[in-house]
Amino acid sequence: MATTRRSLPLLRTLIAGKTQTRTVTYMPRPGDGAPRPVTLIPGDGIGPLVTNAVEQVMEAMHAPVYFEKYDIHGDMKRVPQEVLDSIKKNKVCLKGGLRTPMGGGVSSLNMQLRKELDLYASLVNCCNFPGLPTRHENVDIVVIRENTEGEYSGLEHEVVPGVVESLKVITKFCSERIAKYAFEYAYLNNRKKVTAVHKANIMKLADGLFLESCREVATKYPSIKYNEIIVDNCCMQLVSKPEQFDVMVTPNLYGNLVANTAAGIAGGTGVMPGGNVGAEYAVFEQGASAGNVGKEKIVEQKTANPVALLLSSAMMLRHLQFPSFADRLESAVKRVISEGQYRTKDLGGQSSTQEVVDAVIAKLD
Amino acid sequence: MATHILRRQVSQILSHASPNSSPTSYFSLARPFSSATDTIRATLFPGDGIGPEIAESVKQVFRTAEVPIEWEEHYVGDQVDPRTQSFLTWESLESVRKNRVGLKGPMATPIGKGHRSLNLTLRKELNLYANVRPCYSLPGYKTRYDDVNLITIRENTEGEYSGLEHQVVRGVVESLKIITRQASLRVAEYAFHYAKTHGRERVSAIHKANIMQKTDGLFLKCCREVAEKYPEITYEEVVIDNCCMMLVKNPALFDVLVMPNLYGDIISDLCAGLIGGLGLTPSCNIGEGGIALAEAVHGSAPDIAGKNMANPTALLLSSVSMLRHLNLHDKADRIQEAILSTIAEGKYRTADLGGTSTTTDFTKAICDHL
Repeated sequence: MATTRRSLPLLRTLIAGKTQTRTVTYMPRPGDGAPRPVTLIPGDGIGPLVTNAVEQVMEAMHAPVYFEKYDIHGDMKRVPQEVLDSIKKNKVCLKGGLRTPMGGGVSSLNMQLRKELDLYASLVNCCNFPGLPTRHENVDIVVIRENTEGEYSGLEHEVVPGVVESLKVITKFCSERIAKYAFEYAYLNNRKKVTAVHKANIMKLADGLFLESCREVATKYPSIKYNEIIVDNCCMQLVSKPEQFDVMVTPNLYGNLVANTAAGIAGGTGVMPGGNVGAEYAVFEQGASAGNVGKEKIVEQKTANPVALLLSSAMMLRHLQFPSFADRLESAVKRVISEGQYRTKDLGGQSSTQEVVDAVIAKLD
Repeated sequence: MATHILRRQVSQILSHASPNSSPTSYFSLARPFSSATDTIRATLFPGDGIGPEIAESVKQVFRTAEVPIEWEEHYVGDQVDPRTQSFLTWESLESVRKNRVGLKGPMATPIGKGHRSLNLTLRKELNLYANVRPCYSLPGYKTRYDDVNLITIRENTEGEYSGLEHQVVRGVVESLKIITRQASLRVAEYAFHYAKTHGRERVSAIHKANIMQKTDGLFLKCCREVAEKYPEITYEEVVIDNCCMMLVKNPALFDVLVMPNLYGDIISDLCAGLIGGLGLTPSCNIGEGGIALAEAVHGSAPDIAGKNMANPTALLLSSVSMLRHLNLHDKADRIQEAILSTIAEGKYRTADLGGTSTTTDFTKAICDHL
């Protein structure tokens, strides 16, 4: 039974004239197949819809994960301790978007999770998908963004009436660790270039410190090209020649903008996977816009695009050392996109979330 | 088909230029001597590199179009003027202050310490508080986006560019972003005034107030206050990251955008990228008391300076903005139409737009189209 199931995709790829991509060199440790607990936060808006999509697909694959589900919402004051405990125990969490209350950004649940778990790196993978035409081709950008300081320090005050100040804090410690993570990511994923995004011509000290840290780390990776680009020029280049970028490393705010721009040119936030990661824990979510939980109408009609979170789950499976499950999920999702029969509205189709999920399950090897 | 699109685009742009500014408006730009026959004096900084060539192009087009403007040319000095701490002389600045209108080519700030950058000097000395960039797809010049028609208005004096930074302890630095009510109201007023006088329907304030509640919050509050005075203009607020994504997915969603300094810097360059780069984007800086300094925002391109290869479009379109500021709408329309149709025709284009024409040929073609 196992052999026939395994040879089927092989046959299919042979017929399609493609080379086999499945890893054959993976030797797990005894016991690695034991199911792993993962904290699941469905969240607000489209969140429950897309996390449910992931649950269904995981079940259909018989993936060795099980979810500990916690219903929390963006309007809560704090992330409940049991949720934090669960993530700390499991090390891995999958979450839908949590609504950011207006004016509550720095203390929003998304930010609390990042702070409490010290998830200092945010990663968004923005790439074109075969069969999904967009205005730009050959986009394959990974944006790695510092997630804990900078403009998001939350330090603001009114100096005198009508004059307010906001502090942007940049530290050597945080700049260094994000730079290290970016280069390490590039190194481990066979990426060729890291681009640091900055505005050091204006913010000479703050962004200067960020650049200095990047330069230092760059010298330790002679095989990876390093360059720097000013953030305004970066956005202009992104919309005109995005193919020049590979891995980008940025301070907090610029990363937010760059990731959204890059996601926009490659097909929208509905398809871009990503997550937040620190030394100990990882939270996987839709790549760009953690606070964007979709419009009311999409929730009602159940037409949210599950692709981003499905691809994020593939990332998670790989993070958990289940590479073949990750490959299966990813190739099924990509096949559904490229065949184009089942696409949600943001990709120009008319399918509901459930139809896309069913299509993905049908395409699983 | 192409001509059809062109006609539509031009008429659209022309309709936006309908001069219906109210005489009582806060930013009354009425000039006592702006009747069509009088000559208006304007300061011209040709600038460095390709600057003099493209400035010559503007002068030629203005002569052919019989624009009643007399240029007062000023060059960047080769010594620091102690009165301005910059290579720009006091006389140059006085000239802009007196004429209240000017056009500026690209300037390269010489490297070295002990002086201020040229742009900074102009901005500070002339109190240029708003940077306005109209951004529209040029008919016939194909980019990945063909439905761009928006205006970015950027606050230009404070915010993240305050220049206030310090090291708290070793390895920890702080940079201050300053937002004031006065500056926010001023730029918001200008944005709504612009929208009204240019027949625009919607103003979007771009912010990140979900994170920076107090600073960007104050900016938004000021925008809302001003919006109430303009009930005929739709006002909306868009978070900057979402704005970036919407712009690259569907730029037609936006009309006039008003934003604090850094966001304006980023968004205006992003929009320039949508339509083909800084070589095609006009820009105009608005200062206290109705000063307007139009400028080309691209670099001085020293590598092609003097070779008659430069593209004067950005400076020409900036000069059009300047004419609109002076309420010389018919001259502005004629020149803009000539520029757009020359580019649309595609016979005469400079190398950066994929053509082989020289600056002088391109300029001549525009003059022929007038």
